[in-house]
Amino acid sequence: MAGSPARILIIGAGPAGLRAAEMLAEAGCSPILIDEAPRVGGQIYRQPPRVPGFTRTASELYGAAADRARDLFVTFDRIRQRIDYRPSSLVYDLIDNRAIVASEGKSEEIAFDAMILATGAMDRIIPAPGWTLPGVYTLGAAQIALKHQGCAIGKRIAFVGGGPLLLLAAHQYAKAGAVPAAIVLPSRFESLAAAGLRLLPMPRELSSGLLWLLDLKRRGVPVLFGHRLVKVKGAESVTGIIAERAGRQRVIACDAVALGYGLRSETQLADLAGIRFVFDAERRQWLPETDPLGRAAGRKDIYLAGDGAGILGADAAEARGRLAAHALMTDLGIAHERYRPKPDKTAVACAERLQAAMRAAFDPPADLVTAIPDETILCRCERILAGELRALAGLLGAREVNRAKSFSRIGMGRCQGRLCGHAAAEILAGKLGISLDSVGRLRGQPPIKPVIVSTVAERKA
Amino acid sequence: MSGPRLQRVADQDRRLIEITVDGWAMSAMEGDTLLVAILAQRSYLREASGEPQGEMPAAGFCLMGACQDCWVWHEDGRRVRACTTYAEPGMRIRTTWPDHLLAS
Ligand SMILES: Cc1cc2nc3c(=O)[nH]c(=O)nc-3n(C[C@H](O)[C@@H](O)[C@H](O)COP(=O)(O)OP(=O)(O)OC[C@H]3O[C@@H](n4cnc5c(N)ncnc54)[C@H](O)[C@@H]3O)c2cc1C
Ligand code: FES
Repeated sequence: MAGSPARILIIGAGPAGLRAAEMLAEAGCSPILIDEAPRVGGQIYRQPPRVPGFTRTASELYGAAADRARDLFVTFDRIRQRIDYRPSSLVYDLIDNRAIVASEGKSEEIAFDAMILATGAMDRIIPAPGWTLPGVYTLGAAQIALKHQGCAIGKRIAFVGGGPLLLLAAHQYAKAGAVPAAIVLPSRFESLAAAGLRLLPMPRELSSGLLWLLDLKRRGVPVLFGHRLVKVKGAESVTGIIAERAGRQRVIACDAVALGYGLRSETQLADLAGIRFVFDAERRQWLPETDPLGRAAGRKDIYLAGDGAGILGADAAEARGRLAAHALMTDLGIAHERYRPKPDKTAVACAERLQAAMRAAFDPPADLVTAIPDETILCRCERILAGELRALAGLLGAREVNRAKSFSRIGMGRCQGRLCGHAAAEILAGKLGISLDSVGRLRGQPPIKPVIVSTVAERKA
Repeated sequence: MSGPRLQRVADQDRRLIEITVDGWAMSAMEGDTLLVAILAQRSYLREASGEPQGEMPAAGFCLMGACQDCWVWHEDGRRVRACTTYAEPGMRIRTTWPDHLLAS
């Protein structure tokens, strides 16, 4: 095996990062694989802690995706000794060709010749009155509690939002004995049915979606299509939700809410790396620009793979991980004859069609965000109300999110706008009557997640 | 709301460990995050502080280290995220900034 002395960094050990690591290891390279989680798998194949008593099998944890999960874990075990795997390590800044990594209270700089960013995604949140009450969690949190800790987020849980993951998670909860109080989706049944027709050539995806829905129906879970979340009720904790359709309100008693309107790419590191961003009108998000294999625009040494470069799902993430590694090796002149990119390109194209259908089925109506009442907390870190942002719009030239940010502190809190940034941009655009892309985008700032002060101080120069 | 917020539904046959939270002994299961250990027994990580612009009650939100809603403290003042830190035997945790450090 030829290999290469080049220092290759992969950030993220989900399906995308793991497949990239596999390709590189097979070609004789030993990339550094960094993930802030303590075990590999990423979000979809998140594993319980390595502690006796966690006994659920892959089938119990990952359902229909169990085979893919097992295959990834076996692959990782096979390459483990040939790569430099660094779990529980957070990359919190990028400076030129150095990644700044915090791990066990210490900070370290790792220089790289080439880097693959495979940082994944998190939930898209649309605030509603009461969404900051204890008991409201992201849909992702509901899944993590169950997969990683064997816990449900409450006794009676309302699942609110959209996307296939909402139905999947509700189904997983029901199977675990935590039967949901209700499923509330702003999308109408008709759009779901129409998307279903577009999925006829993809019977596997279609049938799993139908199966989750039918299973929920069979268990008597109310599935409320075309309903908007009016508010989460409760004084100090969730006691219920109010959902509305065509002026008719429905109250659902619950002690927890799983909230998520699909996913958004985690792009902070790509931003710090100075990669060029383009506005994706379909996903209504600014995304790092790449070529079809994942080469980043504006940085010759950086590649992107997986949901961090636009949501296409877990299977496509594996394909995109291999494609990015392939591009990297081609560019660095590392020999890897056996790989043929065609099947992976086909898988990505297929995922594009699937995601387009999912967006048509589940994307919330635009005015769901723009109509958020003034008194709703928009930014939970700095406790800024939607009305405060609206009042700022247009004032002092706050026509651009970063300006609005310096005036209102929106997006400057601990989460760096991960939760509110997109809603803030939609609200500004709505108030000013301009398109979302002309509002601009919130820029990332180091550290992309808070690190303990002593960690930063101990950074080796 | 009082009583446990999170409900254990699987993998419950684990070794029990003892931690101390706000001065109270609490048992957790090995492999619990601090957030799970605490919220499997009570409703909040932090209670509301009472003042209108004071601390809002908190019980975490994202469970993936992104929202920063779940910070708690070791008794020596070190801050940790409850959703990404595992409970370990003998850990002494404060869900508010430890009083004795205020004086110093
Ligand atoms: C909570 C959650 C649950 C999901 N569950 C499912 C599911 O059940 N089924 C499904 O089909 N899809 C699921 N998804 C969708 C998911 O995005 C998958 O499509 C898939 O996990 C994407 O793979 P990936 O490799 O691109 O990213 P991920 O699997 O998200 O992996 C990214 C990895 O990068 C790490 N990382 C990110 N930033 C940094 C950093 N700065 N420093 C160090 N490490 C970093 C993360 O810890 C993570 O392990 C879920 C998404 C989320 C957010
Ligand atoms: S709950 Fe969001 S960071 Fe811990």
